[in-house]
Amino acid sequence: MIPELGHFSVILALVVAIVQGTFPLVGTSRRVPSWTAVAQPAALAQAALLAFSFACLTYVYVTSDFSVLNVWQNSHTEKPLLYKISGVWGNHEGSLLLWVLILALFGAAVAGFGRNIPPVLRARVIAVQGLVAVGFLGLLVFMSNPFERVVPAPLEGNGLNPLLQDPGLAFHPPFLYLGYVGFSIAFSFAIAALIDGRVDAAWARWVRPWTLAAWTFLTIGIALGSWWAYYELGWGGWWFWDPVENASFMPWLAGTALLHSAIVVERRDTLKAWTVLLAILTFSLSLLGTFIVRSGVLNSVHAFATDPSRGVFILAFLVIAIGGALTLYASRAAKLAPGGLFAPISREGTLVLNNLLLMAATGTVLLGTMYPLFLDAVTGEKVTVGPPFFNSTFAPLMAPLVILMTIGPMLPWKRGDLSGALARLKFAALLAAITAALTLYVTAGIPPLAVGGIALGTWVVGGALADVAERWGVGRVQWRDVVARAVNTPRAALGAAIAHAGVGVLILGITGSLAWETERLEAMKPGQSVEFAGYTAVFDGARPARGPNYDAIRGTFRIYQDNALIAVMEPETRRFANPPMATTEAAIRPRFGGDIYIAMGESTGDGGFAARLYRKPMIHWIWSGALIMVLGGLLSLSDRRHRVGAPARRAAAAALAPAE
Amino acid sequence: MARLLAAILLAWLITAGSVAAQADRPLADPTAEHRALALHKELRCLVCQNQAINDSNAELARQLRQIVRERIAAGDSDEKVRRYVVDRYGDWVLMRPPFKWSTALLWLSPALLFALVVAIAIVQVRRKRGTRAEPPLSTEEQRKLDALLSSDDRVRP
Repeated sequence: MIPELGHFSVILALVVAIVQGTFPLVGTSRRVPSWTAVAQPAALAQAALLAFSFACLTYVYVTSDFSVLNVWQNSHTEKPLLYKISGVWGNHEGSLLLWVLILALFGAAVAGFGRNIPPVLRARVIAVQGLVAVGFLGLLVFMSNPFERVVPAPLEGNGLNPLLQDPGLAFHPPFLYLGYVGFSIAFSFAIAALIDGRVDAAWARWVRPWTLAAWTFLTIGIALGSWWAYYELGWGGWWFWDPVENASFMPWLAGTALLHSAIVVERRDTLKAWTVLLAILTFSLSLLGTFIVRSGVLNSVHAFATDPSRGVFILAFLVIAIGGALTLYASRAAKLAPGGLFAPISREGTLVLNNLLLMAATGTVLLGTMYPLFLDAVTGEKVTVGPPFFNSTFAPLMAPLVILMTIGPMLPWKRGDLSGALARLKFAALLAAITAALTLYVTAGIPPLAVGGIALGTWVVGGALADVAERWGVGRVQWRDVVARAVNTPRAALGAAIAHAGVGVLILGITGSLAWETERLEAMKPGQSVEFAGYTAVFDGARPARGPNYDAIRGTFRIYQDNALIAVMEPETRRFANPPMATTEAAIRPRFGGDIYIAMGESTGDGGFAARLYRKPMIHWIWSGALIMVLGGLLSLSDRRHRVGAPARRAAAAALAPAE
Repeated sequence: MARLLAAILLAWLITAGSVAAQADRPLADPTAEHRALALHKELRCLVCQNQAINDSNAELARQLRQIVRERIAAGDSDEKVRRYVVDRYGDWVLMRPPFKWSTALLWLSPALLFALVVAIAIVQVRRKRGTRAEPPLSTEEQRKLDALLSSDDRVRP
């Protein structure tokens, strides 16, 4: 009964989405107010229907109802409750339902909270959102029904891929989707603006908070995924330039560009057509990512079980959505009035460069990801484009951007003075030089690129500090005034500086963990010891252990430093029965000098085990950097100026206040 | 319970023992092992989904790791080891695609994209300079402008 209700509710949602996608569009262009008015209730109804359907699927997962095919294939009674719930989105059908639910929730948010958006624009945004939903709900209803029944119902399920049974990965997809799908709002605003033929500062002001929210969620999602890869995959890596990782990274890069170009539209009323194009491209890359993950065209560790017919459906939808959007753009973009000119050395000048460099980087990642597919189709030749390619092409494109991201905020709008900006960055430059010199002194023979990375990271953190100090007038005004200025600093500006500092910390983490990593691979017998990075690890042997739904071999390593015991570490290899699969559970001990990371591999047959021992200095700076970026994004979102409706309400309040 | 665990351990050891011949056996010389690890990160696991042999639990990956070690122990240079593997499995096995005609577009694209960025930036700057260096009004134009401005004055109430 419950699965049927869920299924019925998805079908209803599809019908509602069709209404939502058509009536308001006709209503706004033919001026039929009653048709336009359909937008809001339809968006809310669609979200409610999908929320109900999602609750139904969660219910059948929690109760382990194996008469539902999807539950039978992906769940098991012995699975802990958290993974019964996360199992809902651990498969193609369920995650697609989550995808459309989030899409509908964003649409409902515009319907519910977008009070200050002009009614026509709002109706059109909701309608475009509905059209996107039609595509994905079609895929869900006709090709990927999560509520399919099996007769007779099996007694036990097949279980969830053990790699996915992890808290980090349980929450990774929802955040990723909140980001991916969140960019749909920017897309809908762009299409609505093209239909409208008008983009102005107010438009940018409405688009910015949605884009920023999506960007923040996507940052959380990507960071969670990479953290999971670090401690769960057992290879000590955190980013593999895998097609699916790239699929989430490309919208992030384009979204970052969009975030910055929307500022230019808001402040200077220029760069409009470009910003609209970026909004379209960002969401197109999200759609492309969905296609890559679900069609199986590319070899990837994380791809869902593949089905060519679904791939064809998504590809067709991709062509219609992206092709349609770009055609509309081509026919209307010329009508978007160009704004004022500006000097190349100015805030907006650096933001344009930021956009160009970010898009060049996105293009590089896109080409590297798709090239094997492209070459295979054209010449039949097989080629692998792996991390070495991306590392050696992406980093050089990022370096000028990173230098620029500190100078940009120091330049005023319209016409800047480069020497003045650089003078205000003396402190940051000095800090970067000192750190670089110190790095060279501490580590003889460190690669010059690593020194460059350390200098760049310090430059960015120092630049962010200088930016804040400049705003607060540190060193220029009296301390009491500094405090007053600090209190009055707009949260958006502070958030931007914090997010920039996060990028600096991230760069330091990446460089440091690569430059100072120690890696040892040893075949160890019980009682044997090995020296690495100033530590001595003694292997005490391995013994069997039992988890809730797996059996494990647990090794014990004692770690000594200067003859003092500092840690006992117990890495495991786990063997799951449902589905039959082995996973590596690394033991990680964070220390001041970096993580000690031990992963135990296969038995050598004579009581010994292959063990990988690492010391990874500064590795946590990577996720700390991402976390700082997220905090910056959240702080910026909490700014009054970003809160949708705030300016209008304040103006209304001022008008209502009695004149004195 | 203890008996169950013992049975599990036994089963484990039996299955583990059958593959023991291919278990990782690091080279004794640390610099040689270091070279092997670096090469392991550059070679693709043949049966996996886009993973380097360094990052894979697959049996074939393990075997290839050992082959790399054997080649190094036999005195091969890094380049020779790479060629040894490529001769058997093709360019596909290299995580860093070699530069040749079919990959020229791939390798040159970042430089091309960067050149495009620089070109757009230069064009922008030129255009701005051009607007700034607008020639001053000729006397004829100035006269017309004055006339327009004064006529505007007359219209104003």
